[in-house]
Amino acid sequence: MKFTQEQHLRYLRHIMLPEVGEEGQAKIAKAKVFIVGAGGLGSPAGYYLTAAGVGTIAIIDNDNVDLSNLQRQIAHSVKTLGKPKVESAKNTFESLNPDVNIIAIKERLTKNNILDLIGDYDAVVDCSDNFATRFLVNDACIMKKRPLITGAIFQFEGQLTAVIPGEGPCYRCLFEEPPPPDALPAPSEAGLLGIIPGVIGTLQASEVLKLIIGIGSILKGELLIYNALKSSFRKVKVPKNPHCPVCSENPTITELIDYS
Amino acid sequence: MAVKVRIPTPLQKLTDGKDEVEGEPGTIISLINFLNSKYPGMGERITEGGKVRKFVNIYINDEDIRFLKNEETEVKDGDEVSIVPAIAGG
Repeated sequence: MKFTQEQHLRYLRHIMLPEVGEEGQAKIAKAKVFIVGAGGLGSPAGYYLTAAGVGTIAIIDNDNVDLSNLQRQIAHSVKTLGKPKVESAKNTFESLNPDVNIIAIKERLTKNNILDLIGDYDAVVDCSDNFATRFLVNDACIMKKRPLITGAIFQFEGQLTAVIPGEGPCYRCLFEEPPPPDALPAPSEAGLLGIIPGVIGTLQASEVLKLIIGIGSILKGELLIYNALKSSFRKVKVPKNPHCPVCSENPTITELIDYS
Repeated sequence: MAVKVRIPTPLQKLTDGKDEVEGEPGTIISLINFLNSKYPGMGERITEGGKVRKFVNIYINDEDIRFLKNEETEVKDGDEVSIVPAIAGG
């Protein structure tokens, strides 16, 4: 693909990296990424992927912008209070980079629509805020063989891992089942340092870009844990569970489950 | 030297906000019992019927105990044990 002079200038800092170059930038421009959630994680993930020039970004969320979101959800503003989050994010992203085709989907992701929705995308980024969606997204990505970059946050901590179907472990290899309701405090009742999603969502975008360009090592088989109070990043191993109910050779889960 | 146990944010209410506490060598299950005696309520948050709950992982250094000897995995002096529950915020 040929970049215009303007595009060449816009992506120059990428293009001058030998690991990226025009070829890598062309891969980014052709890529299609599906983001689940337009909140704390989806804002920076979508914003940076837009800045990077990803060809198509779909973003799904069923909520509207609330004042209590603005402490961390940087895709939104006082101008979009009360409006659908996906519309607000689309406006923000398009004003940063009109090259990018932003598809705003104001719907709830369910077991009935997810397989069709993610089918055309090169990667899925889980920026959702509940366990039901996280397990649904993982299982659907395994069934559709779509790479998944999943991030989650709580108070002063964040977690991040990559699921590459057929190659590494999945989210269910890491955590087999969602906790029963009320087993853990809900994020909305527990508080959250506003920069936590900034760190984790940005790292999710970084994993997506590496995956698209084909450089570096992806967080496959590893869980990265960030703690803001200790300013620490550490990794633990995530082995593939040979008896995983969804990604093993003999899965016991062959249909999507609605945990909500 | 003792065993260093990393307490995740959601359980720090039980440890007066401490993110690291000391434990005794032994098995994982004896360590959890020890923690529960010092920090009542910890046991039931991590285990159910003597088994680690399915949304909680325990790592010795950076190895997941499910791929070692699970609850019977030995913890030695100087080991670092991390308790990592699934989190869902976004």
